[in-house]
Amino acid sequence: MSWLQTLRVALRALTRNKMRSFLTTLGMVIGVSAVIAMVAIGDGAKARVEAAFAAMGSNMLIVLPGTSTAGGAMGGFGSNPTLTWDDLKAIQTEIPTVRAAAPQLRSNAQVMSEDQNWTTQVFGTTPEYFQIRTWPIAHGALFSQSDVDGGTKVAVIGQTVADKLYGANSNPVGQVIRVKNVPFVIAGVLAKKGQSQWGQDYDDIVIAPVSTFQQKIQGGLKNVIAGSIAVSATGPDATARAENQIRGLLRDRHRLQQGADDDFSIRNLSEIANAQQEGTRTLTTLLAAIAAVSLLVGGIGIMNIMLVSVTERTREIGLRMAVGAKPADIRLQFLVEALALAVMGGLIGVGLGLAGAWRLATSFGWEVLYRPDIILIAVGFSGLVGVVFGLYPAHKASRLDPIQALRFE
Amino acid sequence: MADAPLVQLENVVKTYRMGDVEVHALRGVSMTIEHGEFTAIMGASGSGKSTLMNILGCLDRPSSGHYLLEGQEVSQLPVERLAEVRNRTIGFVFQSFNLLSRTSALENVELPLLYGGVGTSERHQRASESLERVGLADRADHHPNQMSGGQQQRVAIARALVTRPRVILADEPTGNLDSRTSVEVMALFQELGRAGITVVLVTHEQDISQYAARVVVMRDGKVLSDLRQAPRRAEPPAPEARTAVEEVVP
Repeated sequence: MSWLQTLRVALRALTRNKMRSFLTTLGMVIGVSAVIAMVAIGDGAKARVEAAFAAMGSNMLIVLPGTSTAGGAMGGFGSNPTLTWDDLKAIQTEIPTVRAAAPQLRSNAQVMSEDQNWTTQVFGTTPEYFQIRTWPIAHGALFSQSDVDGGTKVAVIGQTVADKLYGANSNPVGQVIRVKNVPFVIAGVLAKKGQSQWGQDYDDIVIAPVSTFQQKIQGGLKNVIAGSIAVSATGPDATARAENQIRGLLRDRHRLQQGADDDFSIRNLSEIANAQQEGTRTLTTLLAAIAAVSLLVGGIGIMNIMLVSVTERTREIGLRMAVGAKPADIRLQFLVEALALAVMGGLIGVGLGLAGAWRLATSFGWEVLYRPDIILIAVGFSGLVGVVFGLYPAHKASRLDPIQALRFE
Repeated sequence: MADAPLVQLENVVKTYRMGDVEVHALRGVSMTIEHGEFTAIMGASGSGKSTLMNILGCLDRPSSGHYLLEGQEVSQLPVERLAEVRNRTIGFVFQSFNLLSRTSALENVELPLLYGGVGTSERHQRASESLERVGLADRADHHPNQMSGGQQQRVAIARALVTRPRVILADEPTGNLDSRTSVEVMALFQELGRAGITVVLVTHEQDISQYAARVVVMRDGKVLSDLRQAPRRAEPPAPEARTAVEEVVP
């Protein structure tokens, strides 16, 4: 008998007991829809974490100066400025896994336009900083190295500052912004980046060349960096190596004895990102595993109903054998029936799973990611479940003795 | 092997084991059935007639002895080959019809062709012809539960005929039918016999065996008597009466 004929016979047998077929597939439906929904939601959550960390900077490390201790009171990171401009230069030139490094000097300051004022954080840095942070520009241009060398009074401002001082949807490039009463020409406005995961507004910022910052906004010692160093490693795999190399370099440069504590600290932001992603991944895997168990239960349901079906149709099997069906024909017929049940359940499950994922994701405000490979795997796996759990009933049917089967009441 | 008899049994023995007890169903049966013969096998229950039928129908294999079907030794063929022999050479008619429920008469008749690998259009064609031959061309779309017992048995006969078999084996074909319908079915068998189809009939009813040209009586797994007779002609009922009854039975 041809495949098509076998399939027709199987589908006819299944539609003869519509309610029973539907209830049998329900196990597969639940299993597959759970797998699809869990994976889609998990991927959405992962993408969200990734996007949040991408706004922070790519493969980023932050080197903070050490702490000062005065009478037993620890001053916190940065209270003891131990990082020098020469340290920065050394990080930039001596470490191959470092793509770029930039100083990051910070101060809170009042800024003013002609008619508005606002208090924000002002950064002093070099052009490499925008590259490290992967912050693109929306209007105008970034300042350049020559601005840093010459101490030009130019600034790049964030979208929030532009909105507060010049109104929404304005383009204040070329206008003058007064920072601590010092006039700066706005060279560019950064593209909107939104908030960090802990609510910090990346757009509430004014960035000036580091030399101008030191001269006009917050003076400091000549040789030390009164802030931190932002570093971008050459790739996602290089961050850990870069961290170790920077640590080694700085310990060397600061002449720290073996066993002495670091007089600086390094934060590896990509490691935090990885840890978060690992958490989501574990959760997704766990949920998918639970869903897979329900697929197994669905398979057992199919086997159960196929065994009932074989017993019910013993006479039919006997007749089919009498008129020329070989054991292989009978086996194939029941196998295709089980397979059809499982795959139908799988397909319904995919539909329900996608719908469920979409609903949950919209209510959480996440992006839903549909992965075609997971859909294929889910349907394929349900087919496999159908074959595996259909095999025993099908084999049992094919082993029937036609004489006994025809006599069966 | 055109000269070989259709069926040739040589000292066929069949022994079953039921638990610890050995049941000797056939204790050495030899017989020959020629092409076109209408044979009735009679016997009480336990006489071995059903076992003999199963062996003739290649549903079962003898414990010892030889079975030559059209000159070919089939007693030791593997199950797959036996299925092919059943499909091509033998047509079965059962006491309880064994039609697939919720399946049209036409599709029931097509069933053996499905396993014979016959293409769709030829299958429809041959099944329709077969139904026409048993006088049910107008019932092709009916399901078994919409037909009378006699009609169902005629569908079953059409199913047996559709593969153009050499022999039709009928196991108590009239057992579930009233006497009037039984005569109808026997008339159909006689008609097939005249067309050159061999019919082997198992029955325990004396009346029914009268329609056969040869009666083999079995007892205790052996052939008790094997007689040829002038068969009684099964008169099909008058056409008017037939339609009247069939209109009553849906």
